[in-house]
Amino acid sequence: MNTQQNIEERLWSYIDGVSGVEEKSAIEELLQSNLEWQRKYRELLDIHELLHSSELEEPSMRFTRNVMEEIARYQIAPATKTYLNKRIIYGIGTFLVTMIIGFLIYGFGQTDWSAGGNTNVNIPVDLGKVDYTKFFNNTYVNIFMMVNIVLGLGLLDRFLSKKKAERTAH
Amino acid sequence: MHTGPSDNEILSRVLQGDQQAYAEIVKRYQAFVFTIALRYTPNREDAEEIAQDCFVKAFRSLSDFRGESKFSTWLYTIVTTTCLTFLRKKKLETSSLDNEKVFEAADSLDSGFRANQIEQKSRITMVNKAIALLSTDDAQILTLFYKGEQSLEEIAQVLAIEANTVKVRLHRARQRLKEKMEKHFAAELSDL
Repeated sequence: MNTQQNIEERLWSYIDGVSGVEEKSAIEELLQSNLEWQRKYRELLDIHELLHSSELEEPSMRFTRNVMEEIARYQIAPATKTYLNKRIIYGIGTFLVTMIIGFLIYGFGQTDWSAGGNTNVNIPVDLGKVDYTKFFNNTYVNIFMMVNIVLGLGLLDRFLSKKKAERTAH
Repeated sequence: MHTGPSDNEILSRVLQGDQQAYAEIVKRYQAFVFTIALRYTPNREDAEEIAQDCFVKAFRSLSDFRGESKFSTWLYTIVTTTCLTFLRKKKLETSSLDNEKVFEAADSLDSGFRANQIEQKSRITMVNKAIALLSTDDAQILTLFYKGEQSLEEIAQVLAIEANTVKVRLHRARQRLKEKMEKHFAAELSDL
């Protein structure tokens, strides 16, 4: 079966004209001397010619007119490069990255690195006494979290739909 | 191959404001675009609607066509994505429409009609019917290669896959077509 598959693959490449020069010569030699190759070649060539003879379907007579009537309502949109200046985008990106790096350098610069090694860390706040429920009682925090949840679910839905479409396409 | 002005010549006229010149592009590619759309949906009205959308989208995005590839390759990319979007909206399954079952069901309905159809015994009818029995992906890749005058690399661009994958898929599509023809059109094949 593997040999058959191999013969077919090589013959299809030959018929499609994508075989290399050496491969082409090898196949031509085989076609002259090997009966199995000759039979297979005729079989595949028949299919190839049948496929070439297949016809396209024609739409209705009004199709072109319908398209032209539709496009009469539109203008050609300007090319994206005319209103999307990449230099501006790179500039904004560079500015943001510079800001982030700047903040990080400032942050590290303010850190007292000599204070390391002290196991008795005194945190001014007793974390055990912090009432975390008060964070979630705030209206604005709740609204912010709801918006994030809705956005997250929307993104998840898009991702899963795309995966499903890819799976059904294959 | 088309006679007359090239696609790029027509497109520059359209971009300069001659909207009517676009009609020539539509006439050149309408059959192919419609055929591809039919691979995704058996309903001719839906397929026409999809094909019409494709040409309108192509027209509106004409300024973004850089001419790095053939216009046909660019157009066929729009066709593929439009078809998938349309089907997503209609919530239809894109592939594995088991057309073989549909064919068999229709086959059993009216033997007189069936006999009349099969009496035609033309190569073109047989191969078109056989292609209609294939899955969307197989039918599309065969149509792009044999009717769309697209190379393997161009088909790879249209389908957003590797050229080697196109080669493998094309090979499998041909194999499956051969199996369909041997199964459903054995008599016609032996007559040819």
